[in-house]
Order: sequence, then structure tokens, then C-alpha cells
Amino acid sequence: MASLPKPDELAGINYNPPRTGWRDTPVEFRRGTYCYGAKPKNLEAVGLPNPRDWSPEDQDWKLPENWKEIILEGLRERLGRFRSLQIFMDACVRCGACADKCHFFIGSGDPRNMPVLRAELLRSVYRRDFTTAGKIFGKLAGARDLTEEVLKEWYYYFFQCTECRRCSVFCPFGIDTAEITILARELLNLVGCNIDWIAAPVANCYRTGNHLGIQPHAFKDMIDFCTEDIEKVTGVKVEPTFNRKGAEVLFITPSGDVFADPGTYTLMGYLMLFHEIGLDYTFSTYASDGGNFGLFTSHEMMKRLNAKMYAEAGRLGVKWILGGECGHMWRVIHQYMGTMNGPADFLEEPVSPITGTRFEHARSTKMIHIAEFTADLIRHNKVKLDPGRNNHLKVTFHDPRNTSRAMGLFEEPRYVLRSVCNHFREMPENTIREQTFCCGSGAGLNTDEYLEMRLRGGFPRANAVRYVHEKYGVNTVACVCAIDRAVLPTLMDYWVPGVGVAGLHELVGNALVMQGENDRTTDLRGNPLHGREEGEDV
Amino acid sequence: MSFFFGVVVPYAALITFFAGLVYRVVKWARAPVPFRIPTTCGQQKSLPWIKASKFDNPSSTAGVVGRIALEALLFRSLFRNTRAEKVSWQGGPKLAYRWEKWLWLAALSFHWSFLIIFLRHLRFFTAPVPSLIRLIDGVDGFLRVGAQGLFITDVLILVAVTYLFLRRVVLPQVRYISLPSDYFPPLLILSLALSGVLMRYFFRVDVTAVKELAMGLVTFHPKVPEGIGVLFYIHLFLVGSLFACFPFSKLVHMAGIFLTPTRNLPNDSRANRHIDPWDYPVKIHPYEMYEQEFGKKMAEAGLPVEKRWM
Repeated sequence: MASLPKPDELAGINYNPPRTGWRDTPVEFRRGTYCYGAKPKNLEAVGLPNPRDWSPEDQDWKLPENWKEIILEGLRERLGRFRSLQIFMDACVRCGACADKCHFFIGSGDPRNMPVLRAELLRSVYRRDFTTAGKIFGKLAGARDLTEEVLKEWYYYFFQCTECRRCSVFCPFGIDTAEITILARELLNLVGCNIDWIAAPVANCYRTGNHLGIQPHAFKDMIDFCTEDIEKVTGVKVEPTFNRKGAEVLFITPSGDVFADPGTYTLMGYLMLFHEIGLDYTFSTYASDGGNFGLFTSHEMMKRLNAKMYAEAGRLGVKWILGGECGHMWRVIHQYMGTMNGPADFLEEPVSPITGTRFEHARSTKMIHIAEFTADLIRHNKVKLDPGRNNHLKVTFHDPRNTSRAMGLFEEPRYVLRSVCNHFREMPENTIREQTFCCGSGAGLNTDEYLEMRLRGGFPRANAVRYVHEKYGVNTVACVCAIDRAVLPTLMDYWVPGVGVAGLHELVGNALVMQGENDRTTDLRGNPLHGREEGEDV
Repeated sequence: MSFFFGVVVPYAALITFFAGLVYRVVKWARAPVPFRIPTTCGQQKSLPWIKASKFDNPSSTAGVVGRIALEALLFRSLFRNTRAEKVSWQGGPKLAYRWEKWLWLAALSFHWSFLIIFLRHLRFFTAPVPSLIRLIDGVDGFLRVGAQGLFITDVLILVAVTYLFLRRVVLPQVRYISLPSDYFPPLLILSLALSGVLMRYFFRVDVTAVKELAMGLVTFHPKVPEGIGVLFYIHLFLVGSLFACFPFSKLVHMAGIFLTPTRNLPNDSRANRHIDPWDYPVKIHPYEMYEQEFGKKMAEAGLPVEKRWM
């Protein structure tokens, strides 16, 4: 990573396509732009095929002898199972509306990062083996043979897509590159070509319940540590419980919130809020991560990892589940969980014990988003807030790709944000809500060896932040995603120095007026509150 | 020869069109939709006091119908199109998003013109001609150039298809993504429109004879009147080619737009359980195995456990 270019160099992007056609341009596995291959132990841990020592830079990828058959058979099977795949293979007219909507294309200029070409990587093989026109006209109809070079190209580019669905918003036929990438990664996994940054968390998650491999006692310690920090700032002792049977609500959040700052500040916010409203809830060390890197591996792996949520809710006998701030976790919960792991008949339709609101929109899945929960609390005046405590923060809001384009969670977090801070500015409209730009590190690509590509992919997001930073003095990006909290600080330091990153509930925690609290002089991070230092002596 | 071009070609083309399209749509429709994966482009329906986006994020079938109608009739998604551009501003590279509705405008003009022209042509296949078709004919042709009516759609389709074709040739990025087969449909449609325009405005053909042929075809009593003119047969052949290759080329996007799971499903998967027809049991790591491994540590840390570990 020593050779990381300066921002000005990195932004010197050439959007003119190369002279050679994309089919005739071999992929170059250059450091910083590809992810390391999955280690054998991580594939073995969950029984995935072809575990071996290998590197994408190797000439020989040690594929099984019949790898081609495996892939083509896998493709045939998936065409029969997913209408989406068939339509997305057949309906594209190559109008190019998607081309400059992808953050990786905008940040790299590499034409194969245009969503249309990313899909053509798979489509060309589909045409050769599954369409009449492709069989007869071959190259003229855009067909090509599946070779090892093609497979390497798949690996490079399908692990250079964050499944963010921005292109799908602009496509006149709703072609969803995320769906194509998900299925292409399934195919790659059939012959053992995953990246280690996905395979390792998957292996951890299967065994310990969370991606980071935190064991139960350590999980409890980390949260207890946060309660000490809360006591330091507020003087209030909060007492979360773990694996407690008979609690009303099971709370599941991404393990990133437990593990490292700035996620831990968000966790402090949750803990303080739950304490203040007297919510009868429990954490689980078994279902200790809402995130699900199975989504980035295969539909089957997603189902296997997510099963713990309902299983644990059933074991503990809770009424419903509350989910923390996370992006891809919410894609899984909102669009897949009920179907895959349900029916959750043993749970009850979520009802807020504080306001009595029935969350009818979650009556089947029985799980609600914390932004929905908190917005409802604030709407009913059930919490006392002092937004002035966030006056040192000039805030903008980054919509995560998954809660935006696979759910539609826009107003809930904004309502909360406006209630807990006085300075809130939106980024330009082409870069927020359903048109939001991904952080560039989602879908399992938040690894350090991939930093150059992450910074490129994050350029459009950072560019929009820079706009409000220069125009309105914005110094904080608020978000509702654990991966954002982990990767946006790096992105901001590189492109927009001086802008920090905070979870929504960190700001809630700052503003929350708790019973029996001290006169607060700092925010949750220990930064002094403007105008409060003097206030102490008065 | 005129029997071949006047009767065999149109029937063969139509049979290929219908058989091919049915085959394609049945093939699509037979593949299940295992998960509910709409692309949400607006506020979800959640709390009662938050206004949900009815069409861009539909929560009901009515909303979905509206969304699909907006897509099919007005190209809603394409209308969102912008152009990302790198600009140099205050000393550094920045991105700007520019207004770019030309693609939408050309696509919309082209498709609507094509539809109206297609409907106008029904006057050859109906007797008496339904009043709706007369009306379309009248409105479309209200402009007069000299003594002759000029159909606006004739102009629009030529301009729009030419634009769409040139765009593919001239814009480097669009040229780069184009397949050889992508140049075929616009050229075919351009030739088709040109041959029609030539017939209508420059080299008149015997319209009565054309109608006689057309009526013969639809009533399954085909007969070929004399002296229609070669231009007509060229026109008819091009139509036949378009219909015949429709189901086997990207032109099927017309059917695709109605079946695409990211647009034609309500975003209600947390309210109503969606069923995956090929769902199968998978291997999971149950709590018992978890406690088996960590039970002792859990008990030591004071975490509740199911078994005795200390």
C-alpha cells in the first residue's frame, strides 16, 4: 500500500475507452485493485468446494478439472431458479444509461465497470451456451466461450461491484447488477474462487455468530466496557442483559458496533436510549451480528448464517426483534429473511411498548429498524432531547445503498436527525436517497489490500461530502450502516480531510437527556461541548 | 414471386413472431421469483405519519400497476438519467451531474411514434376502419404540406431512430459497449420507416390494392392483386424481418419490462411473507453446538447457559 497515489493523481481518471475491445483486453491483477483469494481453512469451515492455497496473481488457479462443466451446470440451474437472471440476461438493449451511474466506473474509468459491461461478462457466456442466436451467430451476437481468462475476469469484476443497485434505479428495464453479481459470485464459489475478506467473516459468523469471531465472554466484555464509558460521560449506569430468556425484545446489531470506534459510540447511543425508555430487551451472544457476509457468497450461505436470528428469538422467547444500524443486514432482513428463514409465527407483530404503535409493515417478518423505532418514540415525545449538544457538529446524512434501494428508509433517519441536531444539510440531490452513492467498500470489499479501488469507488460519495463541507462547513457524515462507519473515516481522510463519521444513534446519545445524569460537558467521544465548559462554573 | 413476398413472408414472419414470443415469455414465466427484490426508489410505507412514495416504492398491487405503467408509457427510470462529468473547480477535480434527457426524449419519441404508426396501419386490415384509428390518423396527420397531409410521427421516428443510431456510432462509451447485433435493429427500423415514407410521399403505390392484399391476409383468403409496386414488397419484407427476429433479439425488452422482478413487485416483504418455491433445508450451526463450544467460557463470564458447565 506504500504506492497509494495522491488524491489528485487518483482523480486523474480517463473516461475514454481503450483502443482494444473489452473482450481482447486481459485483466491485470494489480495490487490495490483486487482482493486476496479465500484461504482453504475458511472454505473448509463451512464446507465450500475446492479449498486450496492460491492467489489471483498466480497463473494456475488450481481449479477442479471439470470446472467449466460445474460453472455451466450452475448457470443452467440458476436460470431455472431465478426469473430475474433470465430477464436480465435477455432484456438489456445496451442503451448506456447505466454507464456513468456506477461509483467504480466514475472512480476508475475502467469500461468494464460500466454496469452494462459487468453484466456482459456473464451474458456473453450465457449467449454462447443458452441462446439460439448465440449458438448460430457466435461473436456477432455477442457470444464467447467460457475460458480461464473469462473466469479470472469474473473474479476481478464481480468482486469490484458493491451490489449497490444504483444502476438498477436508472435502467429502463430495472436490470439489477446486484442480482447478477450475487449469482456470478455463487458460480465463482462453486469452484472455490471467493475472496478471503468474505470467506473469513463467513467462517467466523457460522461458528461464533459474528463476523469478527468475537467469543461470547469477550462480546459481553466489550459491551460492558461501553457502559463504563457511558457512566463516565453521563454519570448514569446502564445495565444491558445477554441471552436473557423472557425479554420482550431481542436486539441485534452489526458486530462492528461492538468492536471499534466510531461504531462503539453508536452502540453507546443504543444502550442509553434503551435504558432511558426502560425497554425490556436482551442482546444475544449467539446472534451477535446482524451483518451477513453470506449475502456476498451465495443465497444458501445467506440463509445458513441468518437462521440464528429466528432460532435465538425462539429460544429466548422474545416477542419481536429490533435491528440496529446496518446496511446489508437490512437488505437481508427486509427482502430475504421472511422468505428464507420464516415463517416467524412464534413471534408477535412488533408493538412499541413505550408508544403502543403497531409496526404493521413488519407484521410478517417481526423485525423493525431502530430508526423506525426511534422516530416513533420522538414523534410521541417519549424522549427528552437537547439538540444543542450536537451544535459542534455540522451534519450531513449518507444514505446506505441497501436501506435506500432495497427498503426505502429515507424519512425515518432524517426525522431523528433533525430532532437531535440543529445543523443538518443535505448533499446534492443526485447523490442522496435512491440515488445515493455507495461508500465504495460494501459487499465484502472493505479490506485493506483493496484500498486503492475503495478510494476510487468512494470518490463520488466523498465528492458530494466535499461539496457540503466547502459550502456549509459540514464536518460530520451521519450514517446508519456499520460498514460505512468502518470505511468512511478512511475515505474522508483521503478526499475530504476534516470531516468525521458518526452513527445516527451516536447523535441521539449526545442529545438524549437522561434521568439522573450529570451536567454533560463532553459528547460521547469526550469532545468538549461548545459553551458548556463555562456553564459548569456558573 | 409476389405471392412469396406478399403472402408467404408475412405469414411466416407472424408465425415466428407469435411462436417465438410465446416461447420466450413462457420460458421467463416458468422460472420462479424466489425472492421479493424490488428496487425501491422512494420512501417505504412504514409509520403512518410518514408519506410513502406510492409509485416509486409501491406497497400494493395498485402501486405496482402504476409503477409499471409509468415505466412502459413514460420511461420513468430513463427519465432520471443524468450525465456525470469531471470538472476542475477550485483547484481540484470534482464531479458534476448534468441534465441529460436526450436519450429519454429520443427513446420516448421513437417508441410512441412506432406505436402510433403501427395503429395507423390497422386501417389496411379493417373494414370498416374503427373510429379510433380514424381519429389517430386525423390527429397525427393534421399538418399540411402542400396538398398532402404530413404525419408528425413519420418525421419523429426518422429523427429519433437516426439519433439513436448515431449516438451508438459517435459516443465513444456507447460504441464501446455495442455489439454488432446492436446496430441491426435501428438500421432495420430506419429502412422500414424510409421505405414507408417513400411510398407515402414520393412514389405512391396503389393503396386500394394494398388494402385488398392486407384484407386477404387477415381473413385467411390470401390473394395478390396486380401492380402494387416493388417498394411495397420491400417495406413488407422489412416488417417481416423485424417481426421474425423480435423474439430472438434484444427487442424482447418490450416483454421484459412487464416481468422484471425489480419493478413488478410491491415492496411489502416484511408485511406479507413471500414464498420461495424451491426453498430447501440448509445446514446451520444451532445454538446447542455453539454452547457446546463456548459453554464453559459463557458460564464463567456469568452468561446464562442451558446446561451446567461449572
